[in-house]
Amino acid sequence: MKNIGIVIKLTLILLIICAGIFPLFIALVGKLEPNGGKGETIIVNGKAAGYANVGQKFTADKYFWSRPSVVEYNAAGSAGSNKGATNADYLKTVQDRIDTFLVHNPGIEKSAIPAEMVTASGSGLDPDISPASAYVQIKRIAAMRSLPEDQVRSLVEGHVEKPLFGILGPSKINVLKLNVALDALSANKK
Amino acid sequence: MNTELFGVLITFLLTIILAIPLGKYMAKVFAGERTITDFMNPFERLIFRISGIDPKAGMNWKQFLKALLSINLLWFVYAFFVLIFQNKLPLNPDGNPGQTPDLAFNTAISFLVNCNLQHYSGESGLTYFTQLFVVTFLQFVSAATGIAALVALFNGLKEKTTSNLGNFWNLLVKSTTRILLPLSIVMGIILAFNGTPASFDGKDTITTLQGDTVQVSRGPAAGMIAIKQLGTNGGGWFGANSAHPLENPNYFTNIIESIAILLIPMALVFTLGFYLNRKKLAYVIFGVMTFLFLVFVSINIYFETKGNPAIDRLGVAQHIGSMEGKEVRLGSAATAFWSIATTSTSNGSVNGMHDSLTPISGGVAILDMMINALYGGVGVGLLNYYIFIIIAVFISGLMVGRTPEFMGHKVEAREVKIAALITLLSAFLIKSGTALAAYFVSHHPGLAWSVKPAAWLNNPSYHGFSEMLYEYTSSNANNGSGFEGLGDNNIFWNVTTGIVLILGRFLPIIGPVAIAGLLANKKYIPESAGTLRTDSITFGGMTLAVIIIVNALSYFPALALGPLAEYFSLK
Repeated sequence: MKNIGIVIKLTLILLIICAGIFPLFIALVGKLEPNGGKGETIIVNGKAAGYANVGQKFTADKYFWSRPSVVEYNAAGSAGSNKGATNADYLKTVQDRIDTFLVHNPGIEKSAIPAEMVTASGSGLDPDISPASAYVQIKRIAAMRSLPEDQVRSLVEGHVEKPLFGILGPSKINVLKLNVALDALSANKK
Repeated sequence: MNTELFGVLITFLLTIILAIPLGKYMAKVFAGERTITDFMNPFERLIFRISGIDPKAGMNWKQFLKALLSINLLWFVYAFFVLIFQNKLPLNPDGNPGQTPDLAFNTAISFLVNCNLQHYSGESGLTYFTQLFVVTFLQFVSAATGIAALVALFNGLKEKTTSNLGNFWNLLVKSTTRILLPLSIVMGIILAFNGTPASFDGKDTITTLQGDTVQVSRGPAAGMIAIKQLGTNGGGWFGANSAHPLENPNYFTNIIESIAILLIPMALVFTLGFYLNRKKLAYVIFGVMTFLFLVFVSINIYFETKGNPAIDRLGVAQHIGSMEGKEVRLGSAATAFWSIATTSTSNGSVNGMHDSLTPISGGVAILDMMINALYGGVGVGLLNYYIFIIIAVFISGLMVGRTPEFMGHKVEAREVKIAALITLLSAFLIKSGTALAAYFVSHHPGLAWSVKPAAWLNNPSYHGFSEMLYEYTSSNANNGSGFEGLGDNNIFWNVTTGIVLILGRFLPIIGPVAIAGLLANKKYIPESAGTLRTDSITFGGMTLAVIIIVNALSYFPALALGPLAEYFSLK
C-alpha cells in the first residue's frame, strides 16, 4: 500500500492550493475592486441604506413596491417559494396579492398588473422590477407624494436600465435606487 | 422579449467559440506537449516530489481505479468529520453550528461525487472554513477526478494495444493546475469585479430605506462560485444559488456563469477529437449532443416565456413570462436556457427555482438528467456517452450480422454486459428510490421521524411526485439541483440519496474505465471496408436513437405520473 503516503501528502498539498491560496488570492485581488470585495452599498445622508444588489422590502404606499419575497428580503438567508404551477394554495396566495395590489392602486385594471409583482422571486432578494411594474405604480406614488405624474414618470424613465450593450437580456429598474431618488425628489420639492 | 432570446443565442455561440480552442489546449496538456501554461512545470515537479509520485509511471485499469478510489475515500472521511466539527474550527464569523451526522454524510458524499446536492443552506449550514476547505476543495478535486478518468478512457482508445491508461496522480494534478485553477482565477476575478463578495467579512446588519432591520450574508464567495460552475459542481455559496443577487449580480455575470457551466464538458468533446486525432468522431458526438440540447432548450424557452396558464386565468399580464421563482435581471428565457445547461452537464446550479418551472419544462429538466450525457459532467459526461456508444455499436453489429467493433477492438459479451448494467443501474436507482419515498408518503405519512413523510412535499398531487422523482434523478446523475421545496434535510433523504450518490458516481466511472482497459488489451483489428464506421452521421443517428429508446423505455411511465400528468391537468 504505497498509495497511502501519496494519498495523504497529495491531499494536503491540494488543500493548501485549492482551499487556501486560491480564495486568498481572489480576496486580495477583490480588494482592488471599488468596494473592496464587500459588496456595493448605497449611501444616503452619509449612512449605508443597503446593498445595491440586494433587494429590500418596500410595502409602504409612498414607495415603489418590490416583488413578493418568501424571506421578506432578510438577506441572512435566501429562498424561493418552490411552489408548483398548479398548486391551489399557491394560486390563492397570488390571488390575494392581486387583490391587495388593486386595493392600494385604485384605478388600475387587473390586466395591467405585471405578473412579476404578484409572484415571488427565486432568491427572495430580487433587487429589480421590470419597467412595466414601475409604470403601473406611478399613479399611486404621485398621489401619495403630491407630485405631478409626469415628474414621477420621468424619474422612472431615468432609472430604466437597458439590456446589456442594448441588445442582451431584459430591461429592469433597481427598486432601491429608484426609491432613494424618489425621496430626494420629494425633499427638493419642500 | 427579443433581447432576452438574443442574449441566450449569444451565450450559446460564445460557449462553442471558446470550447474549441480550450479542447485543443487540453489535448496538448494531456499529450504532454508544449502549452502556454508550461510555467507551472517546476511547481508541479515540486508537488510530485513532495508526494513521492512518479508522474511517468503508467497504470493499468485496475491500478488506475485503485488510486482513484483510495484518494476519494480519504477525502470522504476528511470531509465528514470536518463538517461535523465545523463549529469548533476557525473562520466562523456567523457562529454557525456543526452539521448532524446524517447531514454531514450526505454533504460529504455529495461534494465528493461532484453532485453538490445541498440539504442545507449556505448562509447557515456551513462556516467559511468548510465553504473553502471542504466545499471549494472538493469542487476542484472531484472535477479533476472526472477529467482524469476520462483521459484514462482516451488513453485506452488511443493506442492499438496497451495496458497503460496513464498515471492517475499526474492527470489529477494537471487537471487542477492546468485547467481548473487558471480558469477559476480568471472567472473569480470577473465575478469579484461585478459585485460578488470576495472578502472574509461576516454578515452585515443594515437598516433599510423603509426602516426594517435586516442582515446580509457575505463571505469569500467569488472564487468558490467560479469553480462551482467550471467544475460542473453546482453547489452555491448562498441558499438560492445563482438566483441570489450576490452570487449572480447581473446579466453579464449570468452569461459568464452560463458559459462556465457548459465550457469544459463541451471542450472535452473536442479534446477527444484532437487527442485521438479523430476529429470527425468528435464532431458527430458534438452534433448528437447539441441537437438534443437545442431541442430541450427550445421547449423550455417556449414554455417559460409563454407563462403559467393558471396565472393567466387570474387575469394578470405575464408579459415577461412565468416569473415565479425567477429574477427580473435575468429573465425567463435565460433561466430556461440555464435549466437545460445545468441539467445536461450534471452541474446543478440554478438561477431560478426549478420547483416553480412550468410542468413540461420541469419534466424536460428531469429527462435531461436521466440521459445525463449531453456534454455531461466534467469528464463523466463523455464516459456516460461512451456507454451509449458501446450499446449502439452492439445493436448495430447485431443488425448487420457482424461482430461489433469500436475503434479497432472487438466489443464482446463482457463489455456489453458492463455497459448494459450501468444503463440499467440508473433506472433502478431512480425508480426504486422514488417508489420507496412515495410508499412512505402515501402509506405511512405519520411516521414519527424528525420530519414526518406527510411533511416532505411542498406541493400536492402530481407535482409532489415530481419533487421526489427529481431528487433521486438528480442524485443518480450527480447533478445536485432539486425541486427544492422537498423537505430533504432528514435522515431518510440524507441517507437514501447519499447511497444513490455514491453508486451513481463511481459505478459509471468504474464501468467505462474497465471497458476501456479491457478493449485496449485486445488485439487491434485494422479498419477495412467491412468495418462499421463510428464517425459517420448514420452512426450518430444510431446513437441518438439508442439514447432516446433506452431513456423512453426506462422513464416514460415515471414522467407520465409526474410532469406530464400535471401538464394535462393544467389544460
